[in-house]
Amino acid sequence: MAYKILQKQELIPGQTSLLVIDAPQIASKAKPGNFVILRIDEKGERVPLTIADKDPEAGTITIVFLVVGKSSAQLNALQQGDEILDVCGPLGKPTHIEKHDTVICVGGGTGIAAMHHIAKGHHEAGNHVVAIIGARSKDLLLFECELDGFCPEVLVATDDGSVGHKGFVTDLLQKRLEEDKSVGEVVAIGPVPMMEAVARVTKPFGVKTTVSLNSIMVDGIGMCGACRCTVGGETKFACVDGPEFDGQKVDFNELKARLWQFRDQEQESMEHYKKECTCGKH
Amino acid sequence: MPEQPADVRAGNFREVALGYSMEQALLEAGRCLQCKVPLCQKGCPVEIDIKGFIAKICEKDLDGAYAVIRETNSLPAVCGRVCPQETQCEGNCILGKKFEPVAIGRLERFVADTFMAKNACETVTGKQECSMERDDRKVACIGAGPSSLTVAGYLASKGIKVTVFEALHEPGGVLIYGIPEFRLPKSIVANEVAAMQELGVDIKVNWVGGKTVTIQDLQQEGFDAIFIGVGAGLPRFLNVPGENLVGVFSANEYLTRVNLGRAYDFPGYDTPTYMGKNVVVLGGGNVAMDAARTAKRMGADSVSIVYRRTQDAMPARLEELHHAIEEGVAIKALCGPIAFNGDDKGNLVSMDVQKMCLGEPDESGRRSPVCLEGETETIPCDMAVIAVGTRPNPILLEATPDLELNKWGYIEADPETGETSMPNVFAGGDIVTGAATVISAMGAGRRAAMEIARRLL
Repeated sequence: MAYKILQKQELIPGQTSLLVIDAPQIASKAKPGNFVILRIDEKGERVPLTIADKDPEAGTITIVFLVVGKSSAQLNALQQGDEILDVCGPLGKPTHIEKHDTVICVGGGTGIAAMHHIAKGHHEAGNHVVAIIGARSKDLLLFECELDGFCPEVLVATDDGSVGHKGFVTDLLQKRLEEDKSVGEVVAIGPVPMMEAVARVTKPFGVKTTVSLNSIMVDGIGMCGACRCTVGGETKFACVDGPEFDGQKVDFNELKARLWQFRDQEQESMEHYKKECTCGKH
Repeated sequence: MPEQPADVRAGNFREVALGYSMEQALLEAGRCLQCKVPLCQKGCPVEIDIKGFIAKICEKDLDGAYAVIRETNSLPAVCGRVCPQETQCEGNCILGKKFEPVAIGRLERFVADTFMAKNACETVTGKQECSMERDDRKVACIGAGPSSLTVAGYLASKGIKVTVFEALHEPGGVLIYGIPEFRLPKSIVANEVAAMQELGVDIKVNWVGGKTVTIQDLQQEGFDAIFIGVGAGLPRFLNVPGENLVGVFSANEYLTRVNLGRAYDFPGYDTPTYMGKNVVVLGGGNVAMDAARTAKRMGADSVSIVYRRTQDAMPARLEELHHAIEEGVAIKALCGPIAFNGDDKGNLVSMDVQKMCLGEPDESGRRSPVCLEGETETIPCDMAVIAVGTRPNPILLEATPDLELNKWGYIEADPETGETSMPNVFAGGDIVTGAATVISAMGAGRRAAMEIARRLL
């Protein structure tokens, strides 16, 4: 059974897209923090992607992805009405949602989409959710309106200052933590350096800090250990023990090194794909 | 049995053993003494009527031989290839006391391969089309590995409606992601699965037991019995420094990338894998042999298996060990891993091992390895594969708190029936016993299936 794409939206043309996929069983089970593993076609690799939203009544899940390599480029070539061969999930432990006065959800780049589902979960649990989102520039900012829908505050940072604060999300976070003592938890999802920086900022405040690790995965069901990471000196599997962990305990350097493992082959794959694409056009 | 020459096969993923011709099979089957009390059958975990199927081969009735095997074994083409026959059926063969035992595994493989293209339904049930006799009764199997497929095959042949839920995108479990193409071609597994589908078994892929569907959901949906055969997939690591360096893999990851993801055909297929030049494999079982032989085929210059006991004590099948050595895999016995060493970018560059020797026999009578004080060695390597076993996968267990587990975290199941602490919920295979063989998982599946059939029919 293939999974139909009901809606496609290019959020940032050629770079980031959103797909609404018909997957009723997954939609009925998905919770904030969960992810899926999809395979585009018979020859495709298994790609893990966070569930950005779900609609159990409509039987759909939403994913948002960044075009980085062959698989994501291929995914981005699909249109509404096309099918994805495999979608497996929901995987991973759902976000542990506690009652706090205030929760700050920090999202960077495509991570904002994943953060959106978690922020929604915190909002539904009755927490006052402050969203801090960042991107390089105004055009690369995602989900601002969606977050506005339920977050009383959405703070924006851009590297070039084209909108909001000129600088990093961590500047806004630092300021907020200094001024606001009601913050019970900080959740951060985005590029590894951003999550690492968030953990560094929150440390002196002693506030609980949750990060969602985007490790390389193969099966996503605890079978291979590709996604292993060191948390508090122990080896954990991001797919079954996570993907969310205590940001103060994660070995970010190891995570970064492991994320680069297949760089050469990813490039080879992309070049191969580009060549195929051009051939098709002639 | 004819094989591809070692120097040729070490460069391809095609099957090593080539299989019998009809003449060879007849010659081998003719050696069977047709014992009054067949010890071979007792040695088989699923108790195949071995002398019965061999007698049919002698009559050149291969359909008949297949039907005899299928009475107790749902995956004969698989078993004929990967069972440790030397310790089971063939190990008990009376001829083996003085001569070579009858090559039961190879005969089983021959029968299954010859049969494969035919109508499974007719051979197993004697009917052209398999109508579900009891479609008011339905059974769910979680996982599509050897134990679940055995349950499904057995119950379907009795006319019970079976749905199998598989987490990965391809059914077969360890037969697909674990055992390499050169030992068990994926087409063989696919054929066995297709034969099962012909019997009416519904196989749903991408359904994760405990996530996409839970035991509670299946009970609510009215499944009369549920069989859990989810395996013990979570890989063990060594707990030595440097284990998470880039270039250190679990055997599961390495084999899954190459087998399930077809990384040997990269970039034709998209799943990449690491291409080590100097590869070290840790462990001495069949999985270690599979990983080492795979690395060789993926183009490694050197592959060594590091094992802390002696070569004789390796748990791998002798045939696999010999195949590995023939293909140029080096064995470094009596070496225990101490550490993996990396460069400043976090890439593996070497590993340290502790030289061992065999000490005095312990209470079990087995001589344990002891460290040779101060004798260590550094082995340069850019890739290491850890094949030292697995632990129970937590996903289904965490989602099913009512399921009683034993002290090692595996499911507690009645050894006779496979029933768990939850009524009409059965379990078998590695999730009950810990990592074992394909055939022992199938044996557990068969016992559970017989009990389920007894209750439902």
